[in-house]
Amino acid sequence: MGLKQNLHNLKEKYKGKKMAPAFNALHTFLYLPNETTHNGTHIKAADDLKRTMNTVIMALVPCLIFGMFNAGYQHYLALGEIQQADGFLGASFWTLDNFIIGAWTVLPLVVVSYGVGLAVEFLFAVIKGHEVEEGYLVTGMLVPLIVPVDIPLWMLAVAVIFGVVIGKEVFGGTGMNILNPALTIRAFLFFAYPTWMSGDKVWVHGAVERAGTPDAISGETILGAYAQNTSLAGIDYWDMFWGIIPGSVGETSKFLIIIGALFLIFTKVGSWRIIFSTLIGALVMGLIFNGVVEAGWIGDTSKFYGLMSVPFWQHLIIGSILFGAVYMATDPVTASQTNKGKWIYGFLIGFISIMIRVFNPAYPEGVFLAILLMNVFAPTIDHYVIQGNVKRRMKRVKVKAA
Amino acid sequence: MSKDIKIKKGLDIKLVGVAEKTTENAIISNFYSIRPEDFHSIIPKLVAKEGSKVKAGETLFYNKDNEEMKFVSPVSGEVTEVVRGPRRRIDAIKITADKEQTFVDHGKFDTNATAEKIKAHLLASGCWAFIKQRPYDVVAKADSTPRAIFISGYASAPLAADLDYTLAGKEAELQAAVTALSKLTEGGVHVSVGKNSSSPLSGLSNAIIHQVSGPHPSGNVGTLINKVGPVNKGETVWTVSAQDLVIIGELLITGKFNAERIIALAGSSVKKPRYFKTKIGSEISTMIYDNGVEKDGNDRFISGNVLSGKQVGADGHLDYYSNVISVIPEGDDYEFFGWNKPVFDKVSTSRALTFSWMNPNKKYELDTNTNGEHRAFVLTGNYEEVFPLDIYPLQILKACMYQDLDEMEALGMYEVAPEDFALTEFICVSKQPHQKIIREGLDLMLKEIG
Repeated sequence: MGLKQNLHNLKEKYKGKKMAPAFNALHTFLYLPNETTHNGTHIKAADDLKRTMNTVIMALVPCLIFGMFNAGYQHYLALGEIQQADGFLGASFWTLDNFIIGAWTVLPLVVVSYGVGLAVEFLFAVIKGHEVEEGYLVTGMLVPLIVPVDIPLWMLAVAVIFGVVIGKEVFGGTGMNILNPALTIRAFLFFAYPTWMSGDKVWVHGAVERAGTPDAISGETILGAYAQNTSLAGIDYWDMFWGIIPGSVGETSKFLIIIGALFLIFTKVGSWRIIFSTLIGALVMGLIFNGVVEAGWIGDTSKFYGLMSVPFWQHLIIGSILFGAVYMATDPVTASQTNKGKWIYGFLIGFISIMIRVFNPAYPEGVFLAILLMNVFAPTIDHYVIQGNVKRRMKRVKVKAA
Repeated sequence: MSKDIKIKKGLDIKLVGVAEKTTENAIISNFYSIRPEDFHSIIPKLVAKEGSKVKAGETLFYNKDNEEMKFVSPVSGEVTEVVRGPRRRIDAIKITADKEQTFVDHGKFDTNATAEKIKAHLLASGCWAFIKQRPYDVVAKADSTPRAIFISGYASAPLAADLDYTLAGKEAELQAAVTALSKLTEGGVHVSVGKNSSSPLSGLSNAIIHQVSGPHPSGNVGTLINKVGPVNKGETVWTVSAQDLVIIGELLITGKFNAERIIALAGSSVKKPRYFKTKIGSEISTMIYDNGVEKDGNDRFISGNVLSGKQVGADGHLDYYSNVISVIPEGDDYEFFGWNKPVFDKVSTSRALTFSWMNPNKKYELDTNTNGEHRAFVLTGNYEEVFPLDIYPLQILKACMYQDLDEMEALGMYEVAPEDFALTEFICVSKQPHQKIIREGLDLMLKEIG
């Protein structure tokens, strides 16, 4: 029993030492630990937190791979070197060239996100003497998917450190945090480096360095264009659905996100309640704005007209509302914890996302702000849901007493 | 009167090694052991000193808070050892049994007596130990008046002894006990029986029979209480397990405390799982080796069911309340990439590359591995799927952990017992010890509120 026995001996040797959590974290990646139950239930179900987190990562992988191809594709397309791809299986999309340049830009993001984030996690685990919790496995995967391709790596590293320390560790680590760490990282980037994150250059690889030169290319997203009451040429709804549009790395392909969502719902890891209610909330808000436009209260000279007049269902295929609903809002730690609360929580996320999207001219993507806002309110929602149960109990006593 | 209780939330964990319906007489155990820790929160005052002779049904110790409440010996013999723990706490009282059993004769009891007399008789004869109360899930206080008494006649836990089988032919004893208990409460004796079973309990008079169906924990007495009438603040309900009714009933009819009960020996490590006739406190080694476990096997012996029983050694004893001994393999081994590879041989409520949802009728051979390390609570919404009570399980667990008495009370702590949280503990992805958390929460409330 070579490896297994050697690792076991090492584990015994490190037991009680400072470095034990760090070693165990690596050890448990190779082997499910030999821990047994004590009193309580003598048997346990097969799932542990690693398996759960791993399921989310599996749901994210298609988005990541697609994101790599898309990064390359948008780059070459903007340079005018390739033809526009025709649909999801378009010939000029799934090419090796696209993948190579995409991987070359996206993989460093993944490496920095995981490397820096896990280093912080290990550090805190060793200092505080608890096990390394798996929460960051998903966060580390989400982060590269929700940033622009051309974000400088040092910026990402700073943001990750901030997000993990302030967003999570100060509250006591995984399971205790109030704000979604991935979104905290995104929010930090947004507020610390606003010119980068909301500019019209960062969304296509190569657009920044060429800015101001004769080779300048556009690096704008559809949302940005809509917000300025214009539109991007040559993009139809199917392109938006398949995801062959500029945007953050992993959140463009609605098609793959829906597949990921179905996988998460099927495995019972993601909450279908939150996903559906977020979409409902977004559609309702979209319908309200459509109604406003229809009623003629907002003329086409208004700066809100562009996004307000977008047919309500299109809100789901532009921007990152779908990605947010499926992978961000469903984070069980920061979402509402009661089933009824999840409906309210999700609905409000969708509702507020579209509201921010329409009314915020500076940066028209409201999903992450809406989710962070609702993260803060989730405990309040839960409180009122639970009060319902508590009141029922109190009433029972009163009926008895009467 | 019969009412139906049907629950949907829950989980049947199907395990290999259900006991076959044949009963053997266990080899008569020479040594018996009574552990005061079985009677949670009772502080024992020892009566039977080391070396003294006791008859079956004679007092071993009484409750320090209530001298009337006796705890008696299951057999006649000599008290050979009183095992003490730290601060001279009594850990176990060991009795070497006589060859010829002699009983204390309490005399035949008239079940039409007054409530006071019945109470006094049960207290003095040692049968009070079988009456537990909620809130707090402890031996009932003698001065409490229960709103109602609840008895579960349906065992839905994995590998549980089939009560229809073990209680068959005991109708007279059951009836006597139920009649006596019904005098002690105004709210009636509520008895649950399985919907499709021919339980000897279903024909009882002086009781309200409920037919329960659905997955485990449909047979837990906590589920019955919650569906019939949850415990409110300031109320007390009593619970008695069905197999203990037999002992109470026999005492009332014959005047003898006969600690005999039919128990199941079950679990995947047992070669031929079956039923045994044995006594409370007897050595489990009298049963487990004959057509049972391998002598040098690496097994977990549990007095009780796999969800809420107590771990005992191979040289351990049957505890005071259990009617099943479960033996399952220990899982103290590593599993290569066990956290991410597809799992076919373990139970899971999710479908995260776990495939137990594909064949719901398959029987599993689970071991004691935790399948993961202890973590903070992360997932939400999964406990509710296996938790039929009208209580928020995650929130009440957290309230217990941060010891907020007001919140525990508001969320329904008076209604629960640790065993109600066995299923949520089983499926817990974070491997938190739910039953222990609840037990400590109840102990805290007992101490602070009383």
